[in-house]
Amino acid sequence: MLDNAWLIPLIPAVSFVIILFFGSRLPKKGAEVGILSLGAAFVLSLLCAVEWIGKHVPRHPVHRHTTWFEIGGVDIGVGMFVDGLTVMMLVVVTFISLMVHVYSTGYMHGDRRYTYFFAALSLFTSAMLLLVVADNTLQLMIGWELVGLCSFMLIGHWWEEGVNSSAAIKAFITTRTGDIGLMTGIIVLFFAAGSNFDIEHLNHEALTGGIGHGTLLVGAGLLFLGVMGKSAQFPLHVWLPDAMAGPTPVSALIHAATMVVAGVYLVARLYGVFFSGFSIEAGGINLMAVIGAMTVIIAALLAFVQDDVKKVLAYSTVSQLGYMIMALGVGAWTAAVFHLFTHAFFKALLFLGSGSLIHAVHTNNMSEMGGLRKHMPTTFWTFMIGSVALAGIFPLAGFWSKDEILLGALEDGFPIMLVVGLMGAFMTAAYMTRACYLIFAGEYRGHGHPHESPPSMAWPLRILAVPAVLAGLLNAPGIGLFHGWVEFEVEGVPHFLELHEFNPVLAGGSLVVALLGIAAASAYYYRGALNGLGTRVPILMTVHRTIVNKYYLDHLFLGIIRGIQYPLAKAAYWVNQNILDGVVNGVGKAAQRTAQVTYDVIDQRVIDGAVNGAGLSADEGGSILRRLQTGRVQQYAALLFGAVAVLAMGLVAFT
Amino acid sequence: MYLNQFLLLAAVLFCLGVYGVLSRKNAVLVLMSIELMLNAVNINLIAFGAFRDNVIGQVFSLFVIAIAAAEVGVGLAIVLLIFRNRADIDLDELAQMKG
Repeated sequence: MLDNAWLIPLIPAVSFVIILFFGSRLPKKGAEVGILSLGAAFVLSLLCAVEWIGKHVPRHPVHRHTTWFEIGGVDIGVGMFVDGLTVMMLVVVTFISLMVHVYSTGYMHGDRRYTYFFAALSLFTSAMLLLVVADNTLQLMIGWELVGLCSFMLIGHWWEEGVNSSAAIKAFITTRTGDIGLMTGIIVLFFAAGSNFDIEHLNHEALTGGIGHGTLLVGAGLLFLGVMGKSAQFPLHVWLPDAMAGPTPVSALIHAATMVVAGVYLVARLYGVFFSGFSIEAGGINLMAVIGAMTVIIAALLAFVQDDVKKVLAYSTVSQLGYMIMALGVGAWTAAVFHLFTHAFFKALLFLGSGSLIHAVHTNNMSEMGGLRKHMPTTFWTFMIGSVALAGIFPLAGFWSKDEILLGALEDGFPIMLVVGLMGAFMTAAYMTRACYLIFAGEYRGHGHPHESPPSMAWPLRILAVPAVLAGLLNAPGIGLFHGWVEFEVEGVPHFLELHEFNPVLAGGSLVVALLGIAAASAYYYRGALNGLGTRVPILMTVHRTIVNKYYLDHLFLGIIRGIQYPLAKAAYWVNQNILDGVVNGVGKAAQRTAQVTYDVIDQRVIDGAVNGAGLSADEGGSILRRLQTGRVQQYAALLFGAVAVLAMGLVAFT
Repeated sequence: MYLNQFLLLAAVLFCLGVYGVLSRKNAVLVLMSIELMLNAVNINLIAFGAFRDNVIGQVFSLFVIAIAAAEVGVGLAIVLLIFRNRADIDLDELAQMKG
């Protein structure tokens, strides 16, 4: 099956065409085609995985390449490169996508563009799979852009509302900004590696010194710009929370399997380039680790103040992607890939869970949820499993992968990243506790009657909960299969990724930090719960009022102090008004005058003059040129023929 | 048989086409004139191909014919839509794109 892995992206692509043209005439409106094709793709991916694992060690990647056309000696081709990383991605993408397809039959039931939605889902998956199996950077970029296009289509699925379509446009344009970097990076590397797009070749050249370090740094930096856009790294993370405007299954797909992990995958795939380009082996500080670390903290802080449940999860994804990029930045390749693997399961679970909540209460706001534990037991349990896995509690999936990232930061000499990682772990645990508290604890605060979702939505949740619990064990100490399966090898280069021994102290430490996060958040929010209780029970109301007024101690102190304080305050006020204010006002006036002069001379005359001049000249140029545009086709044609005639005469005369 | 004869024929045909495109008011006739120009080019291609014993000229003209068919399809569809909207296909009246 490994030799024919190219079939896997092809199946959803075919299903896209079938759904698009015949979907609306089928009994289930095209959903069955999508589910069947993804099911087939998933089975084939599993076969690939079995075959890969069964290979003799060292496992050699399968590389097939067909020339599409040759131009000037440059081979433009399509191909596939299948190694452990590819197989892992194939399994994850097809599995999550299958779950999302099944879930969508329930969630999108009765939607006005149901068939179109499934067609776009298929294309989305196919594009991601195309990116995953690509053996050259050109093909990778085609998949990359297709993924961007599909996310645009799906985020703006309900485009009738202006907010949604602008969110889609924002996502598209933000990622496109990064893509400029990706494209120039690919071009730089293409010329640096002797006119070659081949990924294996690029990695090999980068690791053996075939490309100069300066060029490599530029190439890696430019590629990383693309990664920042796609994987929502600070400061290009702004599109991801807005992308929540799309239907929830799409959010799950974007966050777990396709789109945002494409950036992480790109770095992992071209790791040779990044590894030498950013001199990761030397330790110290590099762009990738710093951006990743900043993203972890900034996004986690934002997750605390969101009321929209999907936005909490969105910022959480941004933060977790920061972890992955940081891990790649410190050289912990396996840890990053492993975190991508585990994160896909529990984040898909959380998003589908939040979709189930939204489906039941018809709002995204957590302030209108509450007490849903009783009404929606399946959603509650699966959402809790996802949250605990995300928070990194032993022995769920997130614990093992997060621990490996921290271990990498510690062992490879990045102490700052270790601290950032621990802070991130604390905050992750705390904001997930807050979210779970607001959604499930207390009384129901919304309107209407929440109900458990239909089986088509509940079953994907149950199924996803299994890997969310167990996936981490694959690389647990004593088992440790995962790193052997995916390990990154470049032919002809000695193994350069170090593996670190499991460190029980660090693992225990990170667990304690996460538990502290949960404890802190629950202490805070359960005290909040007491306040709510205090407004309803008479005795408690008195107690509550006392607590709110800080036991009336302030009143007591005020009475005593006022006698002494008042004359003192009066004297202080006089000093303040006459002496201090004089100084402050003087400084202020001087600053104001300087500013006035600057404004009159520099801003009004020089800068405005230049700006207005540019505008005026464009305006006048336009009004002259508009006379040419008469709207008459034949006049244009006459100009065209006339110009060609003049050119032809020139050609005859001068040759 | 001289190459010049063919080239002359093609040139005459092409000039007729240009004249038609520039002077006709009716959009359908303009489209037909474009076809004339394309066929003049085809004659050139085949003539050169035949005189230099090269099959590429014919291959290219086949491509041109295929693409011309598509182009006429699109063009006539546009003309049809314009006619439905305005009940008129006079190109001089179609000047909404005026700057």
